[in-house]
Amino acid sequence: MSLWQKVACLVLVLVVGASLAANWLAPGGYAKQYREVTDAPPSRAHWLGTDEIGRDRFARVLYGTRISLLLAPAAALLSTLMAALIGGLAGYLGGAWARTAMAVTDLFLSLPWLFLLITARALMPLNVSPLVSVMVTFLLLGLLGWTTAARVLCTTAGSLRTSDFLRQARAAGIPGRRLFWMHVVPNLKPVLYAQFWISIPVFILSEANLGILGLGVAEPMPSWGSLLKELEGLVSVGEEPWKFVPLILLVVVVTSFQLLLSRQEELAA
Amino acid sequence: MKRHVNMSKQIAVPCGKAIGVAMLCVLSLLGQALAQGGELRFCLRSEPKTFDPLKVEDDASGAIRYLTGGVLVRVNRQTQELQPELALSWKVSKDGRQISFRLRSGVSFSDGTPFSAEDVAYTVQRLMDPALHSATGDAFRSGTGSVETKVVSPTQISILFPAQVTGLDRLFDQVAILSQHSPKKEMAVLGPFMVADYKPGSSVLLKRNPNYWKTDEQGHKLPYLDSIQLDIQSNRDVELLRFKRGELDLINSLDSEYFDKLAATSPQLVHDAGPSLDSEQLWFNEVAKSPIPAYKKNWFRSASFRRAISEAINRDDLSRVVYHGHAQPAVGPFSPANKFWFNDKLKPQIYSPDAALKELAADGFRMDNGTLKDRDGNEVVFSIITNAGNKARERMAVLIQEDLQKIGVHVNVVTLDFPSLIERITQTFDYEAIILGLTNVDLDPNGEMNVWLSSSENHQWNPQQKTPETQWEAEIDRLMRAQASTSDAKKRKEAFDRVQEIIVEQEPFIFLINKNALSAVSAAVQGANPVILSPETYWNAERLTVSGK
Repeated sequence: MSLWQKVACLVLVLVVGASLAANWLAPGGYAKQYREVTDAPPSRAHWLGTDEIGRDRFARVLYGTRISLLLAPAAALLSTLMAALIGGLAGYLGGAWARTAMAVTDLFLSLPWLFLLITARALMPLNVSPLVSVMVTFLLLGLLGWTTAARVLCTTAGSLRTSDFLRQARAAGIPGRRLFWMHVVPNLKPVLYAQFWISIPVFILSEANLGILGLGVAEPMPSWGSLLKELEGLVSVGEEPWKFVPLILLVVVVTSFQLLLSRQEELAA
Repeated sequence: MKRHVNMSKQIAVPCGKAIGVAMLCVLSLLGQALAQGGELRFCLRSEPKTFDPLKVEDDASGAIRYLTGGVLVRVNRQTQELQPELALSWKVSKDGRQISFRLRSGVSFSDGTPFSAEDVAYTVQRLMDPALHSATGDAFRSGTGSVETKVVSPTQISILFPAQVTGLDRLFDQVAILSQHSPKKEMAVLGPFMVADYKPGSSVLLKRNPNYWKTDEQGHKLPYLDSIQLDIQSNRDVELLRFKRGELDLINSLDSEYFDKLAATSPQLVHDAGPSLDSEQLWFNEVAKSPIPAYKKNWFRSASFRRAISEAINRDDLSRVVYHGHAQPAVGPFSPANKFWFNDKLKPQIYSPDAALKELAADGFRMDNGTLKDRDGNEVVFSIITNAGNKARERMAVLIQEDLQKIGVHVNVVTLDFPSLIERITQTFDYEAIILGLTNVDLDPNGEMNVWLSSSENHQWNPQQKTPETQWEAEIDRLMRAQASTSDAKKRKEAFDRVQEIIVEQEPFIFLINKNALSAVSAAVQGANPVILSPETYWNAERLTVSGK
């Protein structure tokens, strides 16, 4: 592990740790409105100032980080599992199975996912709590985000199917199901890990995009997407630099994930 | 230019101090003269959909109609009174069906074609042609049958409608007269400016109409400006940046956030004209066939419940926090800015969570461990939808969410894209509460018949009722029809005052705030006097000048 990768690891540990300690670090909570001090600059009471309706920005950044960092990996896990199931099986079985699965994958890839998400969001019941809405948002991201990984896994599993060790195992009479779980899946693990780590920043950014459109996490719950919305219409970078903290945090976290990802790729190679 | 030459001649005054004084005077006059003319630049926020003034439906086309169209009468945007333009005088018959105009003589269209009563007749016939589908014409449609125009002389015309049209004379403010004979058709205009160039997606250039009939008090020809450059720009951030860089001379309508940003650096450039006619309101879904639980329908159809929710909303905070003080707590369906029609006996709702809880208790609701429950034990939880991207509405919803939390009501805020939202409130009725706004362009309550009549499509809380479902809606129907069936202003005012009282008592719409009319005008523009009626900043475009370019 290089120095930068160690730093990335440390950053992620610190960020995740701080977000998990949000209740203790920001006891006022993310929803409380200090209506007498709206859009205030940083102060002793509000370390990162307050937003337009007087909510403590530091608390919102911590809680938003917790939500984005906990749910993005969950969505990544879901999409990676789906990719493993669809892409891995299709590649292992080959032939018509692979062609059908890849046709379905291509169909999913050709769909405008943003419009699909907007439509799915519009069809959801309205009366759901913010917590449920955030989980549904990431669930949708997970359900729609498996396609690219499935293609990669299909190709990898396809190359394994014709490998010598699998031919030998098949010739030795090992049944197909056992062959898949005991010999194919372990060999797909490095690719699965890499796809998992790739998906996390993608989902964080996707939620941020949805948040900017006002279609992400429901108020008053914060997420990086809703926090980044504050930057809309900011005329000058120098006027209120503290508003860039969520953006900087997002860049730092995504960069850290990318650095760790390169480590995963090294391991996979 | 002629005035400039004449003043230059005056400089030749002989001897000493007198020369100095005279020169100062002349330079001052010269400066004034130079101030006249120039080009005014501002943005249209969308592409104009038409240059035909009778087909106008969008704001951008409306702006061009206002600047180029010649009308018979004009509502003065400052005084809200009707004033003569191409008509010297007019008379509406007692039954409200007929209007007679005496027109100015010696007026020509921009291409030189003379103006006469025949052009008015042609315009009215075209306006009322059902095949044209004119939104402006719809305001005149009060009964079946055709409109009869009678040209008495080149300067006299009378127009007979099949049924009474309430507020008939004021409706002509929106009717730009077309030429019957000009080969240029709708591009031949009677207003102060004419369309000289149009680059789709980019800009519209208006130039001074050389044949414009109006002069100022000193007898100088109007308009003062040589041209108006209208850039098509939908991005408000870009509009603000261009204004700050001096590339634009005015912003006709500003958000409170941008207003404050601009005020922080250039307070002399921003104008807050006070409460406008526009309102923001919350309403509950009262549609009987809506797919929401029956117990929720019972809450929403209860006036006590609606009143309690209204009392628990802190409107002062909405105005102060969301609009940075550039809005006023709304009193009722009409803004106090509507000088004649506003019922000044009505007072703003007082914020009182305690009073709200008392009202709810009387209606069978009770607090249970911080949560409000109805008489059957159902927790009071509902969702408020609003359109995604409208920051002010999103913020209002979040403030209301916290206000209602204080009386144990849990609110889920949902932002939806606009088409989904409209589908829910007009077709599926699958929503519980909503925050939206009403943009009022018409001072007369007749412009809101489509909102208050229970049979109307825009009777949003419970539209298209076959017969009024409540007594108070039946009473509103009766009063709205009564005020529309008389031309007696006093009787109409009495009827509409009562309508406003019923709406405030029943709160089918919980009116939240009236936004202020905010605008920005460059120091280079002289003569600007922003008002609350649209177009706020350039309503007197013919008298504006731009200097320093």
